[in-house]
Amino acid sequence: MAQAVGQYLMKQKTLFACLGLIFISFGSVAKGAENPSIVVQSTTSTKNSGLYDYLLPKFTKETGIDVHVVAVGTGAAVRNAMNCDGDVLLVHSQQREEDFVASGYAPRRYALMYNDFILIGPKSDPAQLAGGQDAVAALRKIAAKGYSFISRGDDSGTHIKERALWQMAAFDPTAHSGDWYREVGTGMGATINIAVGLGAYTLSDRATWLKFTNKSDFKILVEGDKRLFNPYGIMRVTKEKCPGANISHAQTFIDWLTSNAGQTLITDYKIDGKTLFFGNSN
Amino acid sequence: MSIFAEATATAFSLIINANADLLEIIGLSMKVSLSALLIACILGLPIGALLGTFDFAFKNTVKGILTALMGMPPVVVGLIVYLHLSRSGLFGALELLYTPTAMIIAQVILITPIIAVLSSQILEDLHEEYRDLFISLVVPPPNALLTYLIEARYSLLTVILAGFGRAISEVGAVMIVGGNIDHLTRVMTTAIALETSKGELALALALGLILLILALFVNFAAQQAKSLLSVQRYGG
Repeated sequence: MAQAVGQYLMKQKTLFACLGLIFISFGSVAKGAENPSIVVQSTTSTKNSGLYDYLLPKFTKETGIDVHVVAVGTGAAVRNAMNCDGDVLLVHSQQREEDFVASGYAPRRYALMYNDFILIGPKSDPAQLAGGQDAVAALRKIAAKGYSFISRGDDSGTHIKERALWQMAAFDPTAHSGDWYREVGTGMGATINIAVGLGAYTLSDRATWLKFTNKSDFKILVEGDKRLFNPYGIMRVTKEKCPGANISHAQTFIDWLTSNAGQTLITDYKIDGKTLFFGNSN
Repeated sequence: MSIFAEATATAFSLIINANADLLEIIGLSMKVSLSALLIACILGLPIGALLGTFDFAFKNTVKGILTALMGMPPVVVGLIVYLHLSRSGLFGALELLYTPTAMIIAQVILITPIIAVLSSQILEDLHEEYRDLFISLVVPPPNALLTYLIEARYSLLTVILAGFGRAISEVGAVMIVGGNIDHLTRVMTTAIALETSKGELALALALGLILLILALFVNFAAQQAKSLLSVQRYGG
């Protein structure tokens, strides 16, 4: 019996050889040269806007440090960084960033750049918001008639800003959650996809919107309100909280981005001739 | 042009031009999912054999739990693996989070129950059929088991393909433990999610088509292996 099995297996050697070859060939796909690397816990807008694709190769070329970007919402990025799963945190919710520093996770917050939020919606614009500059008044108009509004609902920087705006409007939209106020719990791009699909209003950061391709007949309806200011901050974790972190390379990355050269690069990044982020580290 | 036509055209131009980024992503997808499949088979098939052909205490409980695990949402598996591999987690010192290894671990957890449960059912049916014969011929259990494995090889191949299908198509787990890092942990499904989130629907759909073609290719290769098995057995 055992002999028969042995013979049987022998006959299959071509098959096993083929399988072996397949596995070896996939093994060779492994990553290239082993540079030192850092992990950046980042908000999604900087990733989806293509900013990293533009900046990081330049940084790696100059310093030989690879940068691995994990793009999640601001809330998730802060949480991951508090678990020490990132060396650098790049997000856009100043309150959360200051809390992060105050809890001892980062020595300080560096201002990095800014742009602004915009209220977008379909061309038909049932709430007649087009051309407005008052974001809070616009939200009140949407709420008054219960026009569909898509909320990120994911504790991201954009979601935090949106909730702050509702608070300024002295209105609690969550009472209408599931009705005209829909919390989709997903990233900015996916949220715009849903808004486009439903012909609903939503709040977006300008960078994601400019780079977004599935715009359909959507356009910017409200912009220019000072309350729509959207600052991005960057910080590295501390040795005390995260002994395993790559502190020196993380600091190199921050210093590079906040230097005059780095700031100029950021402001020079344009889509269709429009600047997405304005450096403001100085 | 409709989005489907555009997606098809994009898919073919990506394949024909052998786009370097695409090849890297396909390579990593295959590497991760095939490695996970291999490990899941090494773990799952013996468990299946044990469940199918031996009697022991709490056997039905174990089988019930494994069957329930077949329906485990990938995102939950991803979260559990994340919490363990996080620098603040139990195995944080290994620095495995955001690496292909972490993705393989998550997929092994996802597909081992599928392979164990489905193979145990196949082997159990064979065992029912031949148990008395083997006892009367005084065939030792290990030899009987090997015979079952050889007899059931076609069905087991289908089981393995089901496991592969689950591994290559899931996005929830690899997104969390891999982080979808460009040139490091980006696979087909996370790339599709990323392109969708950028509103690049045609490109996302094109990647979906390529994933489908890839799955077809793997299944075709398995069919070839199957016919090779039968020719060698009866012809050689």
